[in-house]
Amino acid sequence: MKRKSALAVGAGVVAVALLLSACSSSGGTTSSSKVSAADITKAMSKSTTLNFWTWAPGLAPEVAAFEKKYPKIKVNMVNAGQGGAEYTKLQAAIDAGKGTPDVAQLEYSELPSFTVTKSVVGLNQYGAASLKSQFTPAAWSFVSAQGETWGLPQDLGPMTFIYRNDILAKAGITDAPKTWDEFATDAAAVKAKTGSYIANFNPTESAQVLGMIQQAGGNPFSYDGKKTVSVDLQSTAVKTVSDFLTKLIQSGNVSVDPGWTDDWFQAVAKGHYAGWVVGAWGPDDLTGSAGNTSGKWTAAPMPQWSASDNVGGDWGGSSDAVIKGSSNPIAAYEFVKYLNGDSASAKEMSLNPKSLLFPTKKSVLADPAFAAQKVAFFGGQTANQTFASIAATVPAGFGYLPYMTYASNDYNDTVGKAITAKSDIYTAMAKWQADLVTYGKKQGFTVNTK
Amino acid sequence: MTAVPLRAKPSRAGFRAQQRRLNATAYGFIAPFLLFFVLILLVPIFYALYLSLFQNQIIGGQTFIGLANYAQAFTDPKFYEGLGRILLYLVIQVPIMLILALFFALVLDSGRLKGARFVRLAIFAPYAIPGVISTLMWGYFYGGNFGLIAQIFKGIGLPAPDLLSQQNILGSMMNISTWEFVGYNMIIIYAALRSVPTELFDSAEVDGAGQWRIAWSIKIPAVRSAILLCVIFSVIGSFQLFTEPSLLQTLAPTTIDSSYTPTFYAYNLAFNNKELDYAASIAFIIGLFTAIVSYIVQFTIQRRANRA
Repeated sequence: MKRKSALAVGAGVVAVALLLSACSSSGGTTSSSKVSAADITKAMSKSTTLNFWTWAPGLAPEVAAFEKKYPKIKVNMVNAGQGGAEYTKLQAAIDAGKGTPDVAQLEYSELPSFTVTKSVVGLNQYGAASLKSQFTPAAWSFVSAQGETWGLPQDLGPMTFIYRNDILAKAGITDAPKTWDEFATDAAAVKAKTGSYIANFNPTESAQVLGMIQQAGGNPFSYDGKKTVSVDLQSTAVKTVSDFLTKLIQSGNVSVDPGWTDDWFQAVAKGHYAGWVVGAWGPDDLTGSAGNTSGKWTAAPMPQWSASDNVGGDWGGSSDAVIKGSSNPIAAYEFVKYLNGDSASAKEMSLNPKSLLFPTKKSVLADPAFAAQKVAFFGGQTANQTFASIAATVPAGFGYLPYMTYASNDYNDTVGKAITAKSDIYTAMAKWQADLVTYGKKQGFTVNTK
Repeated sequence: MTAVPLRAKPSRAGFRAQQRRLNATAYGFIAPFLLFFVLILLVPIFYALYLSLFQNQIIGGQTFIGLANYAQAFTDPKFYEGLGRILLYLVIQVPIMLILALFFALVLDSGRLKGARFVRLAIFAPYAIPGVISTLMWGYFYGGNFGLIAQIFKGIGLPAPDLLSQQNILGSMMNISTWEFVGYNMIIIYAALRSVPTELFDSAEVDGAGQWRIAWSIKIPAVRSAILLCVIFSVIGSFQLFTEPSLLQTLAPTTIDSSYTPTFYAYNLAFNNKELDYAASIAFIIGLFTAIVSYIVQFTIQRRANRA
C-alpha cells in the first residue's frame, strides 16, 4: 500500500507532465506582407467554425450579429475558465499542438507570456495597425509591442475610488479625497467615527498595487520581445507607493483581508468596508452580493499623488488574440475586429447588462448612450462619464513580464506576506524583485535591473 | 532397467508442460492487472523520472541536466520548510484523529448508543463532501469578520481568534482534515471490530471485566492490524497534504504560501512556475520520504507488538 501511494504522487505529477509535456513551439515568423481584400473575401466565404475562448458572459448578441454578417462563419464560444484557469488549458493545448482555439481572451498582463512562445498571431499583416487611433492610448499600448499588434483591446480597468457616500457622510466627509494624503486622513476619520474601514487592500492583489505604481509614474517591467527583460521594483515611484501603503496599513485605518471570500462579500454588504480602490469593473462584482447597498455608492477618480496631478492607473482588462494554429486566421482576425472594433458591437458589449465590459473604443466612450447613462448602483450618477475621463488619463506604455503568472504568485509570498504582517512593503518589493530576477535567469532570460 | 527412466521422463515432461499451461493461465488472469499497472503506474513514474533529469526553459527549451534538479531540491529552503511543517502536522494530527476514530468505533461497537446508525453516518459524511462545498463551509466558519466562530466570540463579548493567522493556520488545517477523515478511519476500525468473535467479550464479561477493560485488553489488540493500516494511510495522507492548504489558500492567501507543503509546492512549480522538471524531482523525493517514513512506522509498531 505504502509504495503504491508514494508512487501515486509521482503519477499525479506525471499526469500533469503528460499534459504540458516538453513544448517546442513551432517558431513561425510573422509575415509582414499585407493580406489583400481579395484574400479576406475568400476567407470570409469559406465555411469555418471559429472557437472563441472567453469568460466574458453574454457576448451572444454580438456574436450573432457577426454570424449574420458573415453567414459562412460560425463562432463557437467556450468558457474555458477565468484568467489563470484558461491560461493553463491554453498552454496545455499549445504544447500538445492540438485543441487550440482560434481566438482567446487574454488579459493584457498575460499577452507577453504568449508572445514569448510565439503562440499568438501578429495582426499587422491583416491591417490591425490602422485601428490604433480608434482605441484609447493605454489600451492600445497594452496590445502593441515590438512594432507588432498582438490582439485587439476588449476592455479596460481604469482605476476608481468607489465609496459609500452615506458612511463617509457620517464621518463628515462630503467630497472624495483628492490626494492619497487626504485619503489617509479620511481613513482615520471614517475609522474613528463610524468603525468602518475606508477601504480594504487585498494582500494578493498585485494588479492593484501595480496600478498605483503606474499612477505614480513607475513602469517596473519590460520585455524586448526576444530574451531580455527588466525588473525595477526599487524605483522612486515604487518607493512612494510602498511607503504610503506601509504607513496606511500600519495605522490600522484600512483592512487587509483577502478578497472575494464569503467574509469579504459580507463585509462589503454590511458596510464594514466603506469603499474600494478598484478598476471600473469593480461595481459589477458587487451588484449581486452587495445589492442591498445599491444607490448608496459614489464613483470618484483614484486619489492623486500630488494635488496638481491628474493621472490614472489601470487594473485589469483584456484583449482578444488570434492563436497560432487557427485554420482560418483571417476570419479569426475579422471576428476580433468586428467584436471589438465595430462601433455597434463595441457599444453593445459595454451596454449589455450581462457583459458590461468597460469600453476601450473612443467612439463608445464618447457616446451619450454610454457616457450619460444614469447608473442605479451609483444613485443615478453618470459614473461611466467619470470612468471614461479616468480612462483618458491612464498612462500608455505600461509593461509586463513574459512570466506574469509566476510574478503574481510570488507577489503573494513576498509583498502579500508583508501586507498581512503589516511590515515594510518596500523591503518586500526588493525581495519580490530578487525572486523575479532569479526566476527570469533560470528561464533563460537576460535580466536587467536598475 | 530402462523402463523406469522411460516412464519417468515423459511424466516429468508432462508435468512441466502442465505447469507451463497452468502458469500461462495464471498470467492470463493477472494480465489485465499487469497491463494497467504498467500503463497507469510504471510508465508515468518512469516518465517523471525521465523528466526530472531535464531543465525546461522558456528561452532555450529542454536540456539534459542530470541530477541537478535533485541537488537543487536538497538545498531548497522552501522544500525543507514544507517538509518540516508536515512532520509537525503528522505528529500532532494523526494521533488525535486516530484516537478519536478508535473511540467512536468502540462506542458504536459497544451497542449501547442510541441512534448508532445515524451517528455512524454523521461521522462518516464529511468524507463524502466535495472539496468545493467544504471550502465554502469552512470559509464561512473561519472568516475573521463575519465568520460563524468570530460571530460567536463577539456575541459573548470575547475577542475573536484569528484562525487564519500564521500561528493558528496549521491547527485550523488539522481541524479540517480530522473532521474529514475521522469517519473514514472509524469505519475501517469499526469493520474490524465487527469481525471479532463475540464469545470473547461474553466470557470476559462473565469474568467481571468492565467495558473499558474489554476494550483495552480484547478489542484493541484484536483490531491492531486495522489500526496499523489506518496509521499507514494517515502517514501517507499527511505527506500528500494538498487539499487542505489549497482549500484554505483562498481564505489565507499570504499565510499559506506556494510552498506550504511539499505536494502543494510541486503543484505550484508545475502549474504556475512552468518548472515541470523540478516539480517531478520534488515529487520523487516526496515519494521516497513517504516510503521510508511509512516503513519506519510499520516496523516500529510491529516490533513492539511482537515484543508484547
